[in-house]
Amino acid sequence: MNAFSMTVSEHQPQWRLPARGPVAMYCLIAAEAGMFTIFVVAYIFYLGKSATGPQPGAVLRAPIFLTICLLSSSLTVHIAVKFLRSGNVRRFAWWWGGTVGLGGIFLAGTAREWRHLIYQEGLTIQTNLFGTTYYSLVGLHAFHVVMGLAALTLVLAFAIRGDIRQEHSERTEVLSMYWHFVDAVWVVVFTVVYIVGR
Amino acid sequence: MSTASITVSNPSSDRRPLVETLHQWVTTVDHKRLGILYILYALLFLIFGGIEATIMRIQLIRPHNNFVSPEVFNRMFTMHGTTMIFFVAMPLVFGFANYLLPLMIGARDMAFPRLNAFSFWLSAFGGFLLYFSFLGGNGLYGAGNAPDVGWFAYAPLTSQTFSLGHSTDFWVLALLVSGIGSMGTGANIIATVLCMRCPGMTLGKMPLFAWLNITMGGMVLLVISPLTAAQLMLLVDRYLGGHFFDAQAGGSAVLWMHFFWIFGHPEVYVLAIPAFSFVSEIVPVFSRKAIFGYPVMVAATVAIGFISMSVWAHHMFTVGMTAAGNIFFVFSTMAIAVPTGIKIFNWLATMWGGKIQFKTPMLFCTAFLFQFLIAGLTGIMLSAAPFDWQLSGSYFVVAHFHYVIVGGILFSIFGAFYYWFPKMSGRMYNESLGKLHFWLFAIGFHLTFDFMHIPGLLGMPRRIYTYEPGRGWDIYNLIVTIGVAFQAAGTLVFIGNLLWSKWRGRAAGSDPWDAWTLEWSTASPPPSYNFAVVPEVKSRRPLWDLKHPEDPDWHYE
Repeated sequence: MNAFSMTVSEHQPQWRLPARGPVAMYCLIAAEAGMFTIFVVAYIFYLGKSATGPQPGAVLRAPIFLTICLLSSSLTVHIAVKFLRSGNVRRFAWWWGGTVGLGGIFLAGTAREWRHLIYQEGLTIQTNLFGTTYYSLVGLHAFHVVMGLAALTLVLAFAIRGDIRQEHSERTEVLSMYWHFVDAVWVVVFTVVYIVGR
Repeated sequence: MSTASITVSNPSSDRRPLVETLHQWVTTVDHKRLGILYILYALLFLIFGGIEATIMRIQLIRPHNNFVSPEVFNRMFTMHGTTMIFFVAMPLVFGFANYLLPLMIGARDMAFPRLNAFSFWLSAFGGFLLYFSFLGGNGLYGAGNAPDVGWFAYAPLTSQTFSLGHSTDFWVLALLVSGIGSMGTGANIIATVLCMRCPGMTLGKMPLFAWLNITMGGMVLLVISPLTAAQLMLLVDRYLGGHFFDAQAGGSAVLWMHFFWIFGHPEVYVLAIPAFSFVSEIVPVFSRKAIFGYPVMVAATVAIGFISMSVWAHHMFTVGMTAAGNIFFVFSTMAIAVPTGIKIFNWLATMWGGKIQFKTPMLFCTAFLFQFLIAGLTGIMLSAAPFDWQLSGSYFVVAHFHYVIVGGILFSIFGAFYYWFPKMSGRMYNESLGKLHFWLFAIGFHLTFDFMHIPGLLGMPRRIYTYEPGRGWDIYNLIVTIGVAFQAAGTLVFIGNLLWSKWRGRAAGSDPWDAWTLEWSTASPPPSYNFAVVPEVKSRRPLWDLKHPEDPDWHYE
């Protein structure tokens, strides 16, 4: 049936509509932003309301290095997509792989931080309100990092197999929009949890 | 543009074994079939929700009645509310949006057909999960059954301490799953309207239906996600031992109220705006006039979308807020009456001076106008905090929101059923049965919900399973329950009419109403490809232009 779908007569001015992919991704981002807003509000609302310790000021240390890793991964994914758009698949794969690596470092760092909090500081999700809200908010973000990394890794595997070509640049760009969103959320989470919340 | 068609070997038109037909329906990604699946699924749950309402009304028909136990009564009002909002009203508006949007904007399908199917099956799974709780809600300890915490599930009722077993978990998971489906549909609607319009259909030339539904899609994204977040928090509390809503550890039950109502109130408009979209299509066609004030209608719709996000705490005046909080939510709630009033006046102005044809769809839409107006007026009464302090949690509130949802939304949905049934089935419905349905339902509705206001004013609280005689409530409760019988009879006539007309109705032809939007330019029911040739439009009423080449609309727009 595809043969019939393009019967726009010649004399009409060009009829252009926005592409579906980015529109849907913006929709997903709007919905996700709504979810994160609720978790951030709960975190701020419960600041200082924990009945027992440990309190955030005593146990949290700002993960500066991890933040730098995650934020720079936004830059690397941007550069990767730019290379794919100009058809340079090899460079694309390298920068895309770098993004996966930086995201992986961030995730490993979060795991280390949680291990420290659980075993050294005795803070679990059950300990107090701080534990409940902290692990939920940071955990929700980490879950999004995991999902993003899974998608990025899949594309990386395709790239290594040689299945990614220049025509896929728009799709990879849609995926990179999600990754930018995950980074932007981290800016909010970092500010709320590690700067304001301490 | 209308007469051309494509001769394709259509595999679905051949006689096929039942299993194969079912397989086609289950695996379909066609927006029309998914729309019909949504609608049939909603009708199934409408019957469930209606039975639950009937059980409650039988229990309340006289004081000290023993038809059901208090525990069963709690389950009935919880399941009734949850079912009607999430598994009747939402699938109905999604079903119509799914079926009609691509046809109205001259597209061959939604923007993401497979996401569309995925969303439907998630919603369907959510509904069956909720009803599985009747069987599976016992859990390990034999406590609980169907959810009994009320449809807004206030903390701490939902904590492990007060809600043993798994009934609350079924409620949480059912809404979580169907909510994800709803967000998928919301994104799909937005992408369809923005990216799939046929040549010439600029945003200002879309049917109002498309404008209203894209507003609804945006609201779904922004209001279902807070509910999803709150449900996740509740799961953390119930399964991981968290303290979000645990007052003993410093948590706040009021925070749940805020999180729930920041979803709960805009949700009313998620349902009402599609209802407005049906009325905005039906009223002009049966008044034989173009819609009055198209740009203002669009602006009012978007304004309702925005304002509705800032009114949620009017559900919480009795909880106790600061004076500033009370004042803000009083005024924001009153403010939303302004764009809504604009819409009502626009529909009236459309009818004014028109050659009105009172076919069944128009009857339902006319009743909608009156009833939605009254619902809005009691809404303004309740928006005044001191008045609300008296009547919050009473049957007055129950009467008010049923006036909105039944008298407004359901009436317009019935109108939509009759208006688009010829397009969906290819057959005309029976006009006499349609009118019978209208009058039975209108009489039943007014018996039930007009008289429900009075015991509320006399102090009858909602959600009580029985009451003392001699408080002046008895006669009104009797009348309210009698009205239910009329509504049930009307619904049976409706379903009978649909079934009879599907097989016995006379052929409708492609354009039985002499209407103006693109869905009437293709065959009834539309072929799987919708349009043989993608249409081009020049105005908001492309079929008018086609039928009246001497005086087309685009001369004036």
